[in-house]
Amino acid sequence: MKIAGGGIDNMIKMQTSRKTGQKVSQKIIQKTDNQIDQSMISRRNHSLLIKGIFKNYELYLLSLSGLIYLIVFKYVPMYGITIAFKDFNIYKGIFQSPWVGFDHFIRLFTSAKFLQVFTNTLLISIYKLIFTFPAPIILALLLNEIRQLVFKKAIQTISYIPHFISWVVVSGMFLDILSPNTGILNKLIKSMDFEPIFFMGDKAYFRSVLVVTQIWKEVGWGAIVYLAAIAGINPELYEAAIVDGASKLRQVWHITLNGIKPTIAILLLLRIGNLLNAGHEQILTMYNPAVYEVADVLSTYVFRVGLGQMEYSFTTAVDLFNNIIGCVLLFSTNHLVRRLGEQGIW
Amino acid sequence: MLIRSRGEKTFEVFNIFIMILLGMVTLFPLIHIASKSLSDEAYVLARDIVLFPKGLQFEAYRNIIGNARFARSFQNTIILTFVGTSINVMMTVITAYPLSRKRFPGQSAIMVFYVFTMFFSGGIIPSYLLMRDLKLLDSMWSLILPGTINVYNMILIKNFFMSVPDSLEESAKIDGCKQIRILFSIFFPLSLPAISTITLFYAVGHWNSYFAALMYLNSRNKYPLQLFLREMLIEETVDVVDISNLLDVAPDSVKAATIIVATVPILVIYPFLQKYFVKGVMIGAIKE
Repeated sequence: MKIAGGGIDNMIKMQTSRKTGQKVSQKIIQKTDNQIDQSMISRRNHSLLIKGIFKNYELYLLSLSGLIYLIVFKYVPMYGITIAFKDFNIYKGIFQSPWVGFDHFIRLFTSAKFLQVFTNTLLISIYKLIFTFPAPIILALLLNEIRQLVFKKAIQTISYIPHFISWVVVSGMFLDILSPNTGILNKLIKSMDFEPIFFMGDKAYFRSVLVVTQIWKEVGWGAIVYLAAIAGINPELYEAAIVDGASKLRQVWHITLNGIKPTIAILLLLRIGNLLNAGHEQILTMYNPAVYEVADVLSTYVFRVGLGQMEYSFTTAVDLFNNIIGCVLLFSTNHLVRRLGEQGIW
Repeated sequence: MLIRSRGEKTFEVFNIFIMILLGMVTLFPLIHIASKSLSDEAYVLARDIVLFPKGLQFEAYRNIIGNARFARSFQNTIILTFVGTSINVMMTVITAYPLSRKRFPGQSAIMVFYVFTMFFSGGIIPSYLLMRDLKLLDSMWSLILPGTINVYNMILIKNFFMSVPDSLEESAKIDGCKQIRILFSIFFPLSLPAISTITLFYAVGHWNSYFAALMYLNSRNKYPLQLFLREMLIEETVDVVDISNLLDVAPDSVKAATIIVATVPILVIYPFLQKYFVKGVMIGAIKE
């Protein structure tokens, strides 16, 4: 502040001294003054910038390690995307492989396999969006209505235990529980004289298993954010509503839900930006060849075919397509959310 | 208190019932598996175990703990979690600090540089090729380095640092303190709740991750726990019968015991950190 203030003072002084010393018409003086002013200000800004950089050199040094990390592990792989437009040859490397233009994309859009995988991705993502997105909101609303604080705390604590269990273990447990021969659930089904169901190997059930296990694992964890948002609502609003004779349901609708609307908007946005990320860590541990037809999503396909069969260029094209759709979805929903008067991510 | 209508009272009972049901559904798979790991062979094979163990035995645990491959992968995971988390936390704190200071030239550009990577990435194959070119394939570093800084965690710490009063930094500067010392002797201790939170996030991430290991590792003796579990529980390539050594233990009990041993370490530490991470998630939820 001091430096900048002094600068302006000096400038004003110089301006006045120059004015008194010359006999040219007023207009011209003003014009030249303006020009001088601007050049001086920009020079001043320039030196301020240099000073700023110099003064903060320690902060730059601290930032450096992170920037190197970003460049090497995040931006260099982005350069690697160019192999989607090349015929990648492992001996020639990324740089020297010949360009092939959009060949891989043409192959992509004309292959039946891609259509299947893309449909799966979209369906699984949409099912998950419809069922797993509202679940934590409902849980938070219900938990919020419980008056017995110890009980509430206990249920909350239990509900987010599964978040800390790995997908491998979750899949292992559900494989055991849902097994048609040895599983406890099928024992129950058989005891009621129904045919046992091979949940993990039946195309009709597999996607439901994905959605249900996802809810089991993440619902409690997801509710934390909403509970925090609910806790931030001004209690006077409820008191006023009660005085006005609003029923419980109306209070929940007009105050609680309304209060957490911005949180819901932001989380929904992030979720939609990640829409095509159907959850490969989960699917990769749960699926098996019997259900590939309904369970194979873009990322599992890229992993299996790309690394397994070394189809590097083609699967990078698949991945890039996935990535671009994700970005388009994110930008457009962000735009939409802001249009609707809510705060977006940026 | 206010008089509650009959409808509200019915709802309350119903709500408590729903919550108890939810708690049971959440805990059931865990209790079921724990009981299986402790039950006698005959009952496990007869699928007689529901909630409580029958015919107590501890052989399954003795077996799995004595298994060399399990011990090896367990050790790998402990080293990975410890080394990985230390690097994660250090790097996250160091990069979050300059970004939390009052504007210095280029700061917002650096921020954009970070945030962009949250929405766009090179993808599986280019990352794999990078690891190959860096000669990191089949090394523990391939599991640690690519995920050094999680941008979401970094922003969480940055926001926490921004809430620390400026006067602390100013007075330290007047005393001639270097920035790095201001960070480690003022901001670090003041931000322990947030730092504990991200430590937990990173540690759980390392403990539970398997995808990177699946992509980058080839040698069995370098496998982390989750890959061993994957082979045992899902691929069923680790011969469980062989592990159970034909003692009086059902293969399913050995599997169940492995699950328990692999999961308990994480579940044991989390209640202690619970109050921190709930706070931490809340900080993340509040926008700047």
